[in-house]
Formats: sequence, structure tokens, C-alpha cells
Amino acid sequence: MLRFIIRRLIQMVGVVIVLSALVFAWLKVLPGGTVGALLGERATPERRAAMEKALGLDQPIYVQYWEFVKRAVRGEFGASTSVQPGTDAMDVFLTRFPATIELAVCALVIAVLLGVPLGYLAARRRASWFDNVSIVSSLVGIAVPVFFLAFMLQYVFAVKLHWLPVSGRQDPDVNGTRVTGFFILDGLLTREFDASWNAIKHLILPSIALATIPFAVVFRITRASVLEVLDEDYVRTAESKGLTNRVIRGRHVLRNALLPVVTTIGLQTGGLLVGAVLTERVFSWGGLGDALALAFTRRDYAVLQVCILMATVTFVVVNLLVDIAYAVIDPRVRTR
Amino acid sequence: MPNPLNPRSKKDRIDALAASAGDPATTGSSGGGTVGGTTAVATIDDAGHVEETAGVSLFASAWSRLRRNPVFLIGLGITGAFVLLAIFAPWIAPHDPAARLLLDEIRPQSNPIPAAREGFPLGADNIGRDIFSRLIVGSRQTLLVGVMATFFGLVGGLTLGTIAGAFGGWVDSVVMRVVDVMLSIPSLLLAFSIAAIAARPSQWTVIIAIAVVQVPIFARLLRGSMLAQRASDHVLAARALGVKESAIVFRHMLPNSLGPVIVQSTLVVATSIIDAAALSFLGLGNPDDRKPEWGQMLGASQQFIYDHPALAVWPALCIIVVALGFTLMGESLREALDPKSRR
Amino acid sequence: MTDTLSTSQPHPRSDSDEPLLSVRDLTVTFQRAGDEPFVAVDGVSFDLRPGDTLGIVGESGSGKSVTSLAIMGLLPERGVRVTGEVLYNGQDLLKLSPTQMRDRRGAELGMIFQDPLSSLNPVVPIGLQVTEVLERHRGLSRKAAMPLAKEMLDRVGIPDPDRRLKDYPHQLSGGMRQRALIAMALAAEPRVLIADEPTTALDVTIQAQILAVLKDLVEDTGTALIMITHDLGVVAGLVDTVNVMYAGRVVERAARHPLFAEPRHPYTAGLLASIPRLDGSRGERLQPIPGSVADNLPWTSACAFAPRCSQPIDQCRAQTPELVQHDDRALRCFNPMEVTR
Repeated sequence: MLRFIIRRLIQMVGVVIVLSALVFAWLKVLPGGTVGALLGERATPERRAAMEKALGLDQPIYVQYWEFVKRAVRGEFGASTSVQPGTDAMDVFLTRFPATIELAVCALVIAVLLGVPLGYLAARRRASWFDNVSIVSSLVGIAVPVFFLAFMLQYVFAVKLHWLPVSGRQDPDVNGTRVTGFFILDGLLTREFDASWNAIKHLILPSIALATIPFAVVFRITRASVLEVLDEDYVRTAESKGLTNRVIRGRHVLRNALLPVVTTIGLQTGGLLVGAVLTERVFSWGGLGDALALAFTRRDYAVLQVCILMATVTFVVVNLLVDIAYAVIDPRVRTR
Repeated sequence: MPNPLNPRSKKDRIDALAASAGDPATTGSSGGGTVGGTTAVATIDDAGHVEETAGVSLFASAWSRLRRNPVFLIGLGITGAFVLLAIFAPWIAPHDPAARLLLDEIRPQSNPIPAAREGFPLGADNIGRDIFSRLIVGSRQTLLVGVMATFFGLVGGLTLGTIAGAFGGWVDSVVMRVVDVMLSIPSLLLAFSIAAIAARPSQWTVIIAIAVVQVPIFARLLRGSMLAQRASDHVLAARALGVKESAIVFRHMLPNSLGPVIVQSTLVVATSIIDAAALSFLGLGNPDDRKPEWGQMLGASQQFIYDHPALAVWPALCIIVVALGFTLMGESLREALDPKSRR
Repeated sequence: MTDTLSTSQPHPRSDSDEPLLSVRDLTVTFQRAGDEPFVAVDGVSFDLRPGDTLGIVGESGSGKSVTSLAIMGLLPERGVRVTGEVLYNGQDLLKLSPTQMRDRRGAELGMIFQDPLSSLNPVVPIGLQVTEVLERHRGLSRKAAMPLAKEMLDRVGIPDPDRRLKDYPHQLSGGMRQRALIAMALAAEPRVLIADEPTTALDVTIQAQILAVLKDLVEDTGTALIMITHDLGVVAGLVDTVNVMYAGRVVERAARHPLFAEPRHPYTAGLLASIPRLDGSRGERLQPIPGSVADNLPWTSACAFAPRCSQPIDQCRAQTPELVQHDDRALRCFNPMEVTR
């Protein structure tokens, strides 16, 4: 078990090293090069030259890469040019991180809480109308562009019906106390329940929009996995022992069927990050996704560097955690 | 022990799909109900029986099931209609999609978007171009983006996969490690980053950005599928019988690796079309809108969305229907080609 | 050591003629949408008295496994029609509700399957997979059932049972897994045990051990055994009566000795001839049965085996042979093998 974790950790370090090289290479080929990336395209030739010297761009490429790595480790990516002009890019990342986590976790919870039971039901009633309707809806869910769904939800439930707030994470007049950056949690911690409630209302539409694709995926994996397990010999063995339905479903079907679902949840964090870029933009969420979307649109390369690197590292770390969690629940990996 | 049911990462899942290419012994329809074990007598006969039907039965039996599958037929109908529309679009569209026919109607404050009228069933966009015509002609560019992105992704993946497989050893390791790292970047984020490199965005930068994301997926799929084939009993049997290596690769391994690739390609066309829309939404798409594309129309509509949602709804509906068509087709193909879902 | 295990009821080996399990005209038809109905088991009848051991032999597709699943009530409900009677202590199991059948399975009727690895739940420890049977049918707590489970593992010959209780199936060898499966099937002391190809997936040396364990346990507890196999060698040392099945019907039924000494049905004779013999003369060739199940004729108008038979007569292709009782056996053949003596 320990060896398994160590091996995965080493693998992860390898991935991060290759990744840093890729980001470095990416910065090199961006229009305007590294200097343009850091200063913006309208910098004067003098400033460019000074910057080139300061960055040691006259140095050989491996020295430049080493400098890049050193700065990256220290979290020095330069100042944001257009997302939050003047602010250090790392600070932009840190202040916005909780907003995205709050949204992503909420979307994931919705996806899992709906996807797993519905997937199980669909598999139990294979080829029934319920099964067919849910399969087709999950495929439609995958076919709808996320940002369009976000717009439509916003248009119908916020703009037209006024049931829910149009955008943002909390109404400005709520003025909740900030502790962790997670608005719902902050409200609970400071006993400002109104603030929490207000944040939840803001969270509903974006998290539904963001949850569609993970929901569809979790649903389909659960269904396929349950179908496969139902066909397994050990389920027939359990039947031959005359066990109750409750035991057969829980201990013999679900415990096996949920293993691939756990992995899927890990993989969905990547999709959530990307979905957040689009969803947060629509709802002006003010999180990482919002920052990334703006940074792409307005070419704020300092912010892009931080966000891409950190987003990918987050994805890799989450998948490492999921792998470990998987090893804990699957004895075949744990006791090897 | 490798367990196809429990893929532990994205790459494992791709490998599982690759392995589902299966060997014909399990894929071919195996006569009666082989419920219990086989006798020594029956084993010999069964083996001979399977060998005869192996080659054709994979696709033939898949087709015979697909023909009766309404999900597949709906998908086929949608994609067929879409391709026909794309081919004949210029002759179907009532107006020139680039002509600003209703420009005179536009008042920036009071009437930024001309409404529907005789000859313009869906109205016009913010510079007076007929939306209906743009949607029809847009099918062309949309098909181009979807198919070309898939094609380049496939070619790239095929090249990488073959290089890795052919040279083996450290080349294989290096190529596959890079592929793994590419897979560890959330897919659209990679596409956004690639698109951001382009100094002058165009239709082709969009296509390439989307294609690059597919390269590692296809590479792993092909390599995994080939490896699974190489170890499978029917390839071993062919080799034991002295079949030439080239014949093994082309008549046994490649046809059986084809299934997952076809399935993946069909699904990738759908995601490519959706991804193109996402790129346009972030301003990373093709800025030249004389040749319309649905994703581009949808991306451009965001500035009017609260007052004129119809501008977004039409291209979005087109994208949803077409993406659904390809997805339905791909998923039913996957089910038909997967020996496990046969029961 | 049997004290704790046989608390519920003793199983005296009785020689009464009262059958424990009586299968009457069992027919199983698979009917799937769009396909022709397929009769997998066609009017099979046999009796099993307490302590009996009965073999059902046939190649794959002969319907032997379907017969066992039908008795256990384990066939899927959709697309399958089961007719006839399966009388257990005089009660027709086919007429029971799913819940009532659930109460019988594991408690009255136990079953062992072919592939011990895939038949064990990979993520549940062996111990729990044994105790869950006791929890269900004896109403024991898991804690109370654990010592019994340990004893059961010990009885089937699993060394170090204390440790094995906590182990997962993948940590056991093939033979140990099959022993564990036997322990599960026998934990609640069923009166009938059905073993479906219990040794097929195992090494030859392990096969003999497993058969020995089965034989001992069956004799100790008085459990009646139905042994389902394609391998006449497996039944040779274990069962009293052998049913040979072909294409869903019993074609020959006899006590073990007469059947092996003098097979009368050409199919039985063919099966025996295809087994390598240690005492065969040098240069003697194995004789496989030509053709495959795919060549079968329909039973409704002929003998299904006729196309593969070594000595068919015209009647075989024109008329359905019936199962006729001869002096020492029942036989379904128009032109049986000659009695050599």
C-alpha cells in the first residue's frame, strides 16, 4: 500500500516536470514570446529589451527553463495585466480558488447524488421506458454546449422568472464576513445564516449547469457498471445462497459496481475545471474559471500561466487521491 | 491483475476500450448456448466452427443488430441529413449568408436585431444577415470543423501510436509518457491553450486546437488495441499456424482494432463541434464570419443573449441535434461492437 | 467437530424409497424476441433420495447446467419458460414465490459453480462470504457465525483458517477458492448440493483433492449430491447413478458400474472412447465423436444424435426414440450397442 502511494507520487512528480516544460515551451511560442506574454503586446522596445535582459533571455534555453522553474516554485509569475491589472498573478489565483472549489464541489455532489441512484435504477430496469428515457437524456446532456445551457438557465430562471439571482456569488448588500473564502461556510461559521442562504441561491443555477456533463457521465458509468456486475458469477453465487435482496444489492452488486464510478469522479474534476471556465464566465462567478476565461479573451498570460499550471496540478493531485481512495476500497489493489 | 471493469485512470479507460476490440472468438456469435464447460470432443469442433465465421462476423453481426436498432437509425438519419445539407447548402439557402440585406433596418438603440419577416423566417443578425441562410450554409463549416479535427486527431494519434508500437523500447516509453502527460491536462483547457498560441486565429487554428486534444486519446487507443491483439489467442494461433506477420497485422490485428477507433471517431466529431463553440465563446475562435459556422454564431450571440435569446437558440439547437446524432450513432456502434453488451 | 455444525437437524442416511428431490418432466425453453424458441432441457426426470449421489453428464449445450439452474430457481425470469415439476419433500419448487424460493436456497439446496474465482465476490473477505449464509439462514450474528465459518473452512481442508477468513478471493489459490465455495454452499447444511463442473477450472492434481473433499463431506453429512460434469472421469469415483444427457434429453441412465462396464448408448460409448486410458494398448488411438452439437436433428421427428452416431439405422432419422427401461438401465436408442458378454 505504502509502496503503491510512493510509486504514484513519483509518477506525479514526473508528470509535473514534463508539464512545466510544456508550459515553458508554450510561453515561448505564444504570439509576442515570453516578454510579450509578461508585458503585454503594447510594451515599448526599451521596456522589452530591459525585460529580456532581466529575464536572462540571452542565456541558453536550459538556463532559462531552470529560471522559469525556480520562479514557478516561488510562485512568481508576474503581475496580472488585464484580469485584475497590477495584482500579482499568484494572488489572483489564491483569492479566486475557493469560489471555484465551492462551485465544483456543489456540482459534483449534484452529479453523484443523482447519477448513481438513477444509473442503478436504469440498469435494474434495463430496456424499460425509464432506462431508455434516461439514456437519451444523458446523451442530450452531453450534446448541449455548457455555456449555452448556463445562458438558458440564467435567462429563464433569473432574467425572466426572477426566481434566482442573475449572477455573482452573493448580493453586494449582504456584506458577509469573510473567513475561508467559501461563502456558504463563512456564513455558517459567523452565524450569518442569511449570507449562507444568499450564497446558496446564487450557487443553484451555476452548479446545475456545471453538473450536467458529470451527471451524464456518472449516470452512464454507473448503469454500465451495474449491468456488468449483475452478470457476474458471484452475483449468481449470492443468489444461490438465498441471501436477501438487500444484501445482494448492497454487498455484492453495488460494492463492486461503484469502484469504476469512484475513478470516474476523479476524472470528472478535469471536466469540472473546464466547465467552470465557461459557466463562471456566464454567471460572472469571480472564480478561477472566470479569471481563465477573461485571461484567454484578453491574453493575460501571467494569470494564464498560474491558472493552467495550478489547474492541471490540482487535477493530477485529485486523481492521485482518487487512486489512493480506490486502493483503499478495492482489496485487489490494496493487498497486492 | 488488470480488470477492465475498474479502469483506474483516463488512460486505463482508453485501454479498456481498446481491449474491447476483443478477439473474434468471443465476438463472433458462438452457436448455441455454451453454458457449461466444453468436452474434449466439443472443444475441437467449436474451435473449427469459430475460426470459419471469425473474420466477417464482427462487422456483419454488428450490422445485423444495428439495422434493427432505432437509436442507431435515428443517429444515422440525423447525421445523414446533416451531411446532405452541408453538401447542398449553397443551393438550398435563400440568401447569400454574408450579404447584409437588412442592414438598413438596424437602429443601434431601438432595434439592434431585425425581426423575422417575409423571406427571412428567423430574422437577421446584428449586421443584417439572414439567419436562416447562415444556419443552412453554416452546416458546411461545422461539418468541416468536426470532420477535419477528428481526421487530424486520428492521423496524429495513428502516427504516434504506430511509432510507439513499431519501435518499442525507450521510444515507446517516451512517446507514451508524453501522451500520458497530455491526457493529464483537462482536455478543453489544452484546446484553449493551443488556440491561444495562434497569432492570427482562423478556422484552421480552431481545427488544430481541437485535433491536438484528440491525438493522445487516439494514440493510446490504437496502441492499447494493438497490444491487446498481439497477446490475444487468435493472433497467437495464427502465428502458431505460420501465418505471415504482415497478414497477421492486416488481416487479424488491424480489423479488430478498427472497431474502437470507429466508435471513438464518431463520438469525437460530436465533441469537436461542441468544443469549437466553446472556443468561439471565449473569443479564441475564427474571427472571420463571412463563412458562418454554428459554434461561431453561438459564440457571437452572447452579447445579445438577454434581449434576443433566439439568436443563440437557433445555432445551439443545430449543434445539439447534430452532436446528438453523432453521439447516438457512436454509442450504438460501441454497444454493437462490444462483445460484452451482447447479451 | 461436527457437534456445532449439525445442531439443527441430523441427516441420517436413509434407504427409504421416499425421494428427497424428484424432478418430473422438467422442460426449459429460451424464448427471445425475434428468435426461434430454443428448448434447452426437454422433459428431464430423475429422483434423488437422501444420501444419493447422482451424476449428470453431457457436453456443453446438452442442457445439464440449465437443469441445475432450473432446480435452484436461478434462471432469469425474462425470456425463459420452465415447465414440469421439481418436488422437494413433496413440494413443487417451481410453484414457490421468489421469496419462498430464497428461503430454500442456501438452506435446503446449495450450489457450487464452475469457476471459483469469478464465483467469489472479489471485494468481500472469504469469512464474510461464509458467515452471510449463516446470518441469513440460521439467524446468527456475524460474531457468532465466525467460529462456525472457521470450522467450515477447516473441514474443507483450508489450512490456517483464522487468517483465511480475513483474506480476499484473489489471495487464495484456485483449489483453495473452490474449497471456500464448497464451505459456503455447505455452511447452512443444505440437504441437496448441486455441483456444476466444480473441478473443470482446476489443475488435475487439485481436481482429485476437491473431489475427495466433496465425497467426504457428502458422506459425513448425508447431503444428497448432484454432480454435473462433462467429464466421465469425475463421476467415475464419486456417484452412484449416472444420467447421460444429449441435446436436452436423458439418453442413458444407469448405475455407475454397468454404465462404465457396458455403455449401451452410442453417445455414452463415444464419450468413454474419447477418454485416454492408462491400460489401453500402445498405439491405441482416442476416438473423438465426429461432428458437433450444431449437427443435431430435432427430437420431435428423429434422434438428435443420429448425424454423429457410429451405428445409425433408418429409423433414427424418422422417429423419436423414447427413454425405455431395460433390466439394468434406461435407454433412449433404437439401435443400442451390443452386449459384449
